Amino acid sequence: MSLQFLADGLLAGLLIGLGAIGVTLTYAMLRFANFAHGEMMSFGAYVAWSASFLLSALAGTAWPAMGPFSITAAVLLGGLAAMILTAGLALLLDRLLFRHLAGRGEAITLVIASFGASMALRSLIEFAFSSSPLYFSSDLQIAVRLGMGIRVTPDQLALIGLTLCLLLAIHLLVTRTQAGRAMRAVAENPTLAAVVGLDVRRVVGLTWVMGGALAAAAGTMAGILVQIRPNMGFDFLLPLFSAAILGGIGSIPGAILGGIVIGLAEAACVQFVGAEWRAAVAFLILVLLLLLRPRGFFGEAA
Amino acid sequence: MNGKPVLRVDRLVAGYEPGLPIVNGASLTLRAGEIVAILGPNGAGKSTLIKAIAGLVATPSGQIWLNGTDLRPLPAHKRTALGLGFVPQTENVFTRLSILDNLKLAAGILPAAGRAAAIDDVLSLFPDLAARPALLAGRLSGGQRQMLAVARALVVKPRILMLDEPSAGLSPRLVLEVFAQLGRIRAQGITILLVEQNVKAALALADRGIVLVGGRERHEGRSADLLGDPGLGALFLGGDAVRETGS
Repeated sequence: MSLQFLADGLLAGLLIGLGAIGVTLTYAMLRFANFAHGEMMSFGAYVAWSASFLLSALAGTAWPAMGPFSITAAVLLGGLAAMILTAGLALLLDRLLFRHLAGRGEAITLVIASFGASMALRSLIEFAFSSSPLYFSSDLQIAVRLGMGIRVTPDQLALIGLTLCLLLAIHLLVTRTQAGRAMRAVAENPTLAAVVGLDVRRVVGLTWVMGGALAAAAGTMAGILVQIRPNMGFDFLLPLFSAAILGGIGSIPGAILGGIVIGLAEAACVQFVGAEWRAAVAFLILVLLLLLRPRGFFGEAA
Repeated sequence: MNGKPVLRVDRLVAGYEPGLPIVNGASLTLRAGEIVAILGPNGAGKSTLIKAIAGLVATPSGQIWLNGTDLRPLPAHKRTALGLGFVPQTENVFTRLSILDNLKLAAGILPAAGRAAAIDDVLSLFPDLAARPALLAGRLSGGQRQMLAVARALVVKPRILMLDEPSAGLSPRLVLEVFAQLGRIRAQGITILLVEQNVKAALALADRGIVLVGGRERHEGRSADLLGDPGLGALFLGGDAVRETGS
C-alpha cells in the first residue's frame, strides 16, 4: 500500500496549522470566529505573487530558480512582503472594524462583520486580479521517491522545511519571550492579564500581526503548491476552524496538531475514498468533535 | 495604625450594568502598612468594590486616589504599574503557563535588569512553588494556586495588595497558611485590603474591618471591637457569622 497520503497530508496539515494559529488566538482573545482569516491567506498569496512579479519586472528577466526548486529568491522576498503587508491588513481590520465592535454587542455582531470583511476582500481581489488562477511558476517539478510508495517534489520538501522553521520560530517566540507569554496569557484570561499589568489591546494587536503574517505565509505556500485563486482562502476556512477547535481554542500547539490531523485525514480520504469527499472530511471531523470532545486536544473544560 | 493614607475611595459608585449600581457611594481610606478587611453579607458589593478599585468594573461616579493619583481614568494595567496588586478570587493564575512563566509575566512591568532578582525574592517566600518552577499552574491544587496568585501579585512589589476572598474553597489548614503568609507580607511594609467571608479569620489578621451593606459602608472599626460587638454579627454578618465562620 502506498503511504503517499502521509507526505501530502503532512504538508497540507502544516499549512492548515499555520493558518489556524491566527484563528485560534483571535477566537480565544476576542471570543469570535473571524471568517475573514481565509481571505488574509488569499491576500497574502496575491501580494507575494505581485511582489515577485514586480521584482522580476524590475530585474528585466525572470529570477533563476534555486537548485532543484521552482521557488526563486523573488518568490521568497515576495512571501516576506506578503507577511508584512498582511500583518498590516490584519491590524487595519482590527483598528477599523473589530476593535470598535468588540464589547459593544453580541459576538454574532463581530462574526457578521468578519463575514462582510471576508466578502469585501474576496471581491476586491477578484476585481483586481480576475477569477482566473495565477501560478508562481510554470516549471515542471520532477518528484523524487522516498520509499514506501511516497513521492515528493523538491518544492514540497522545501515548503515542509520552511514551515517547520516558521513553527520553530513561533514556538520560541511564544515560549521564550515576554510577548509570547503575554499572548498566551491574554488568550487564556484577558481580565487577569490586565490585572497582571498587560496592555491587553496591545497584545491583541500583536496577535493580529502574527496571525496575519502566518496566514500570508500559509497562503503563499498553498499558492506555490497548487495555484492562486480568489476563493482559495475561503476554501481553507473549514479546515482552519476544524483544526483550531480540534486543538483546543487558544492553544498554539493544538492548532498545529489539529492542522496535521485534518491534513492527514483529507489526504487519506483523497487516496483511499475519493477526491470528491475531501471537503467533507474537515466538516465530519468538526461535527464529531463538537459532539464528542468540544474542548479539543488541549482546550480547557468549560 | 497611624500610617499615611495611601488609598482613598470616596463615594464610589460601581456596577456591571448602566443604571444598576452594586457599589453605591462607598468610601474608605487605607493607611500605609495596615491590613483592612471588607466584610458583609452576600450581595453587599464587597467583591465589586475591590474589582472597581482594580479597574475591572465601571465606576460612573466617585473617586479613587492612590498616593495622590486619580485612578478612575486609568485602565487596570496602569493601576497595576502604579503599585496596586490584585488577587482575584477565582481564575487567578494562568493555568497553561508554568509557575515560573506566571511570575515572569508579572515581572514584565519591571525594568529588565531587576526581574530575575524580583522573582527570586518572591520565590524565597513560597518554597512550595520554588521547588518546581516548571510545573504548569493548571496542575496545582487550590491552595497552591492561591499562593501562586499572591506570589504573582508580589513580584512587582506593590504598595497595596488587594485580595478577593483568599480563603474561598480552601481547607482550614490552608486558610491558616494563607493568612500567616499575609501577615509576613504585611511585615514587609505592604498594605493589604482583603474581602472575606471568613469573618473571624479575617478580623484576627486585620487591623480594621469595614462592614459593607447594600453597596456602602455601614460600620467601621478596629478588628477587636468588631469581634466583640455582639450586635454586629446579627445586624450585618448574618446572625452567628462571627462565631461560625471562625470555628
